[in-house]
Amino acid sequence: MTTAAKTRAQPLVLVVEDYQDAREMYAAYLQFSGFDVAEAGNGIEAIEKTQELLPDIVLMDLALPKMDGWEATRRLKNDPRTRHIPIVALTGHALAGHAEGAREAGCDAFVTKPCLPDALVAEIRRLLDAHRAKAENGTDPARSPQSTKKRS
Amino acid sequence: MARVTAPVAPVHGVDSEAKLAFVEFLLTSIDVQESARRAVDWLVAHAAVTEAAVLVQEGVSNEMLLVAEHGVSSGAIMDFALNRDDAAHPLIEALASPVPVYVDAVPGHHRVPLEAKAFHAIPLRSESSEPGQGLLLVSGLGPVLDHETIWLGRTLGKQVSRLLGRQLLAETRFGQERMLLYSIINAVTDPILLTDTEGKLIIANSHAEKLFAAPEEASEGWRRAAALNNMLFSAALSTSAVGMIEMARRELLLVDPLEGSDLLFELLSSRAKDERQGTYVVSILRNVTDLARAKEEIEESYRTLRVAQAEVRDERHRLDLIIDSVADPILVTDQEGDIVLMNTPAERLFNAPGIEDELALRRVRANGANLTSFVSNVLTRSGEQRYRGEIQLGDPLTGRPLPVEAVAGTILSEQGELMWVVTILHDLTEAIEKARLYEQLKQASVELERKVQEATAELAEQNELLRRQHIALEQASALKSQFLANMSHEFRTPLNAILGYTHMLLHNVTGQVTDPQRKSLSRIDSNARHLLALINDILDITRIEAGRMPLNATTFGIGELFDEVQSELEPIIKRSNLSVTAKVRGAVPSVRSDRQKVKQIVLNLLSNALKFTPAGSVTMTASYDGRVRQVAIAVKDTGVGIPREDQVKVFEDFRQLDSSPARGYGGTGLGLSICRRLAQILGGTIELDSSPGAGSTFTLRLPAKARRR
Repeated sequence: MTTAAKTRAQPLVLVVEDYQDAREMYAAYLQFSGFDVAEAGNGIEAIEKTQELLPDIVLMDLALPKMDGWEATRRLKNDPRTRHIPIVALTGHALAGHAEGAREAGCDAFVTKPCLPDALVAEIRRLLDAHRAKAENGTDPARSPQSTKKRS
Repeated sequence: MARVTAPVAPVHGVDSEAKLAFVEFLLTSIDVQESARRAVDWLVAHAAVTEAAVLVQEGVSNEMLLVAEHGVSSGAIMDFALNRDDAAHPLIEALASPVPVYVDAVPGHHRVPLEAKAFHAIPLRSESSEPGQGLLLVSGLGPVLDHETIWLGRTLGKQVSRLLGRQLLAETRFGQERMLLYSIINAVTDPILLTDTEGKLIIANSHAEKLFAAPEEASEGWRRAAALNNMLFSAALSTSAVGMIEMARRELLLVDPLEGSDLLFELLSSRAKDERQGTYVVSILRNVTDLARAKEEIEESYRTLRVAQAEVRDERHRLDLIIDSVADPILVTDQEGDIVLMNTPAERLFNAPGIEDELALRRVRANGANLTSFVSNVLTRSGEQRYRGEIQLGDPLTGRPLPVEAVAGTILSEQGELMWVVTILHDLTEAIEKARLYEQLKQASVELERKVQEATAELAEQNELLRRQHIALEQASALKSQFLANMSHEFRTPLNAILGYTHMLLHNVTGQVTDPQRKSLSRIDSNARHLLALINDILDITRIEAGRMPLNATTFGIGELFDEVQSELEPIIKRSNLSVTAKVRGAVPSVRSDRQKVKQIVLNLLSNALKFTPAGSVTMTASYDGRVRQVAIAVKDTGVGIPREDQVKVFEDFRQLDSSPARGYGGTGLGLSICRRLAQILGGTIELDSSPGAGSTFTLRLPAKARRR
């Protein structure tokens, strides 16, 4: 647990999305809905921002340039500093393989595009509540390091 | 030959009493042999002889017989005989000699009844001038005779002469002939009797005596049998005497006195007239008992033969019937090749009875010639028991060629001599025809097989082609699916932004919008949503058709599913003002299937029903058919209904019955098409029951337990 997360008045959401219109739309609606928002345009940026800002939750598009969302998720979940941060995968591909790949990589939730902003906000709130409840019970909500180490 | 006259040895004192006793014996003896034996014994006792033998003349013959001997082995005297005519014999020479002769060597070819090389031969006679009537031979005395031996020789000579002379006198000529006659009639095995005309017996031979005379010691039975035989014989004879025939022949039954059995005789009696003695009857009895028995046996044999002949006749008749009943011609030929027996079918070919047509007769002759040549082949191969061949014959009536198989067997006599040849002919026409058909069939079969092989090869080629096409199609299909998936993603990204911003505008995130603006934004929103629905449906169909819609089977209750569907469509139901009810009829078991897909179908059917029902109600019913283990989910509405001719079309892609209401009713026109595809994946069906104005009922039938795909 970082002190940054605790000291924040509003939860910080890192929106990782290469399509600018969508990224800014989610960001605007999240801010409108009472979240702090950080943005990243590719996988590498997503890792850097996560490590730097330690957001409360990451909204991760899977199809990304430079480094895709699966790889970025794997790395974050393999990093002790960022392992605890819940990640919501966001994809336009509704094929079953995508969802499973996302869970394999360590995503905590999966949302299919198109996803209306209010539905996304509702999912983020649900996940944060669940995460908070687990943290208060003293259990680590992140995946076990053993299962994620394999691919590092 | 060394022969000397023996000198007389000096006299030794011999007991005169011994001589007296000997002479006394000779006086009382009337037998030559007895006298000779006594003489030999006396010599052995009183002279030093080692061997002695006495030969005397036999009656009126010229034979000299050995009547006594001493010290000689039986080999020397066996069958010894000496003939007076054999003048060269030393003993015969000695017989004529006036004095005893000393023989010290005998030529090899003459026999003497002594074993010693040298001996004295003393002629036996009354006076020295007479020729000797016997010989006394002695050995062991040396070349000189002693007085005792000389005395004995003289004494024995007188005795022999006396006795032989008396015998000759007794044996008259008549007596000899009579004896001869007796011997002759005794030698005849048939009983012979000489009787007077009264039947009184005069002479009978020994065989007749056996029948008619019983000796004194004979048994009572024997005597009675002899008496009976005499009676029978006299009776038989008297009947023949009545006729006074010269020669009578009749049968006479007598009794065998020893065996007691009946003996049958043929009695031959004839009269013999004698000037002095009168008339006699000579009867000869010939035993015909065995003849009679043989006759009976012959009669019995003859009877048996007759029975056997009758049996053979019957057998022959039966055999003829059997042979005639055989459809194949059968012929028996003798060793000359001539036909001795044939059955009716054979006659048709080789005899043709009752046919006078010249052509037919010529064919019959030709058949005969062919058969003869076949049989002669068999005859030349006498070593083989069976012979098989083919002959070309012809039907005598029609001239139709008749190929036959001929099987011949030879019958041999007990001596192994060939007696007959039995030939059976078997019509080969049918067999040849069959063989021809079989050959045709075989060729057809070969042809067929070739065609099948060609067709198979072609099919294999086409299969290969199809397989390649299938692979190409699969690749193309996969590419298409991939393309559609990618396309759908690419569509969604901008659509996502459109929907998102429209949403934000409508929610006044970027400030208050005016009512006309809101109206426009709503249009954008609904069209974007329609586009999204289209993209989703196309993606669904693509996934189904690409086989990339995996089944995820779980067990769930239909009731819960109904609740879930209803609550999901709650806003629409509210808006529709329709009465929507859901019921589970009877005991419907939990279903094992892909819940998500079943839900998608029910959701679709319910939303369709809501969409096309302006007023009234929508009812969802679940029921279970235990016989086919199917769950039926029916969605019934009171809507516009579907005309019968269109009931198939509603399941086609992009179909809504009236293109104009599509706008009004909303939807992509792909819903039912997807529902039907999903139902198929789940192993079920969707049925439609509807008529215009009377509403529609869509029924989804699912197996209670989905099979694995």
